[in-house]
Amino acid sequence: MEMTGAEMILECLAREGVEAIFGLPGGANLPLYDTLPKFYPKIRHYLVRHEQGAAHAADAYARVTGRPGVCFATSGPGATNLVTGIANAWMDSVPLVAITGSVIRPLIGRDGFQEADITGITIPITKHNYLVLDVNEIPRVMREAFYIASTGRPGPVLVDIPRDVQQERGQFYWPEKVELRGYRPRIYPDPAEVEKAARLIYESERPLILAGHGVIISQAYYELKELAEKGNIPVITTLLGISGFPPDHPLYMGMPGMHGMHWNNLAISEADLIIGIGMRFDDRVTGRLKDFAPLAKIVHIEVDPAEVGKNVRPAAALVGDARVCLQQLNRLVQHRERPDWFARLDELKREHPSLVYPEDAAQILPQYVIQKIYEVSGGDAYFVTGVGQHQMWAAQFFWSRKPNSFVTSGGLGTMGFEVPAAIGVQIAKPGELVWAICGDGGFQMTMEELGVVAEYDLPIKFAIINNGHHGMVRQWQSLFYRGNLVASPLKNPDFVKIAEAYGILALRATRREEVVPALERALAHQGPVLIDVHVKQDEDCFPMVPPGASLQETIGLPKEYIELVRRRQMAEVGR
Amino acid sequence: MSEGKRNGRRFHTIIALVEDRPGVLNRIASKWRQRGFNIESLAVGHSETPGLSRMTFVVDASHDADQVVKQLDKLVDVVDIRDVSHEDIVAREMALIKVRCDAGNRSHIIEIVDIFRANIIDVSPESVIVEVTGDEGKIDAMFELLKDYGVIEMVRTGRVAMLRGAEASHPVGEGEESYERYPGQETW
Ligand SMILES: Cc1ncc(C[n+]2csc(CCOP(=O)(O)OP(=O)(O)O)c2C)c(N)n1
Ligand SMILES: [Mg+2]
Repeated sequence: MEMTGAEMILECLAREGVEAIFGLPGGANLPLYDTLPKFYPKIRHYLVRHEQGAAHAADAYARVTGRPGVCFATSGPGATNLVTGIANAWMDSVPLVAITGSVIRPLIGRDGFQEADITGITIPITKHNYLVLDVNEIPRVMREAFYIASTGRPGPVLVDIPRDVQQERGQFYWPEKVELRGYRPRIYPDPAEVEKAARLIYESERPLILAGHGVIISQAYYELKELAEKGNIPVITTLLGISGFPPDHPLYMGMPGMHGMHWNNLAISEADLIIGIGMRFDDRVTGRLKDFAPLAKIVHIEVDPAEVGKNVRPAAALVGDARVCLQQLNRLVQHRERPDWFARLDELKREHPSLVYPEDAAQILPQYVIQKIYEVSGGDAYFVTGVGQHQMWAAQFFWSRKPNSFVTSGGLGTMGFEVPAAIGVQIAKPGELVWAICGDGGFQMTMEELGVVAEYDLPIKFAIINNGHHGMVRQWQSLFYRGNLVASPLKNPDFVKIAEAYGILALRATRREEVVPALERALAHQGPVLIDVHVKQDEDCFPMVPPGASLQETIGLPKEYIELVRRRQMAEVGR
Repeated sequence: MSEGKRNGRRFHTIIALVEDRPGVLNRIASKWRQRGFNIESLAVGHSETPGLSRMTFVVDASHDADQVVKQLDKLVDVVDIRDVSHEDIVAREMALIKVRCDAGNRSHIIEIVDIFRANIIDVSPESVIVEVTGDEGKIDAMFELLKDYGVIEMVRTGRVAMLRGAEASHPVGEGEESYERYPGQETW
């Protein structure tokens, strides 16, 4: 079949089952935009206000659907605006296909108007990228792009197509199979390693599971639960593993690491076996690496061979798809009672409470707002966060009944993720409740995307945890830079007015009694809502592992907070 | 000398079979650059299979070369890669050395060239070009001897290496798996 390059691109997207594209036009991708109406409504395009928003929206769309997210940008500044979003997807292993227009072939490499070497720029932050110079190559390249993005350890792929290639006519030939001799993702683990892992688990007296993003990517929820229950092993989830395991399960322990549960950080230091599943022993998880889990042997279940042995030396390594690995492992795993270990974990939880705050504080505490957001949602919602203190509290207090319902920027820690990511989630999950838990700093990095929210009437509930600061920066300055608060205080705009300018219902809470009514009003409202919650400005996020310290050196909650728990416990005993 | 230690640094010999496409070298070099590892030498050319190039790098990577090799193996354009520093390989390099000489000392140079089993491939009234093949040590030694006559310029190909014996350095078709991620359950 003869078609133009632009038609081929969209035909390929349609064949790949793409229903949503996030993008912004420009000279170098206009043929693509010219062709879009032919594919409507099969493929819907969402016009973002900045290309970073397109990449984040597509990224979040991919996270909650499991299918590659797609974004469009023009050459030069359009393409470079995608870079942060591509890097974000790269760090968090998210399948993203970015399609950029580029200057016409005769101008490539001559610094023509709006030329940027985007394939060169994105080499270190993509799984692979393509510059397509022949229109007949488009179907093969697109097929490969989707295959590479979504298989193995997922990640972003960029396809750069000059405008004249989009306009040229060629023969559309759809390859049935992808053939890449240099790309063979592993699925099945070595059976000998599976046996070894099962033996280590059975021999272990103090095991812990550390479950990461891989559990969610491979949809191994059931298999993870089976391993935990069958083997009788407590489950810790990393930041990106949150919502991979039911938070109300008796074996659930919460998050570890820099702002993780104090008990987890101590438990990891006492464990004799760590089973890492779809996670990479990142420094935010391990603290000072050389003191990480000093007593533990490690079983590492991981799809990416380059992660195995990178930070820790595993005693057994199951290289393959997390779900397949767990299925094989679960067949061999045997139950074992571990009364001493569970008693010890209970003791650690009692001695090192990590989830309390004074409920009668004069000012609104950010923890309170976040916990109430989870409560009023009844466990039935998606939660998207920005980066900073509010993100860590959102992770600590996470409570939902939905797998894969926590969407956050982990590896890159990209402020400004929250607004466009919530858009991506809401578009992927129409009819579902989506909360964007925003920082007042991060919100301002991408708040132009409220235009998208208003234009498509996306009923997202934005809660700005407004502490008048780059809160996490303020916390570091207060703890590690003698309280020298440079460039962390924020002179904020009136967020209510901003939302109203977009025609979005906006509420404000400045006193504690106003929080829950505002949240409830937001839920009752059909369309988008923004709530500006003025919280205590100088609340620090604990527990915390100071940078460069080991997990054993975790700083717990403030004494007064722990006292509260003690008093509550005493009261209960007295009753 | 497969794993070299020169000037107290540790050199790794790494061989790779890669797609013969634009950008491949850039992708590979990018990974070494990110870690700040210097590429001492790099030789690239066609392999026995059409469409595939064969590379040999010598990298100054005091630690963690293994990690970078694993990262490189993940590149779509890299079909196979291995660190052969500890394996039984043959490794050779070729150099062209242009030496200043005249009728008076040309015979001395020819003598050196003969001892090294090298060749003279160009002669002019004031110079000769010597072609020498061998391991890096041999080329270094040759260069040292010729220096006294005045080396005008030298170019070296960088090391090329392959395994000894009948085994192919890059086994093909190994570990082939077709990939399908069966959707799991969407509930806990
Ligand atoms: C794009 C980007 N720039 C800078 C940082 C460094 N940084 C980390 S947290 C933080 C402050 C975040 O402030 P806010 O969004 O208000 O969240 P809070 O910590 O106050 O909850 C900053 C500046 C970052 N993570 N991302
Ligand atoms: Mg803030």
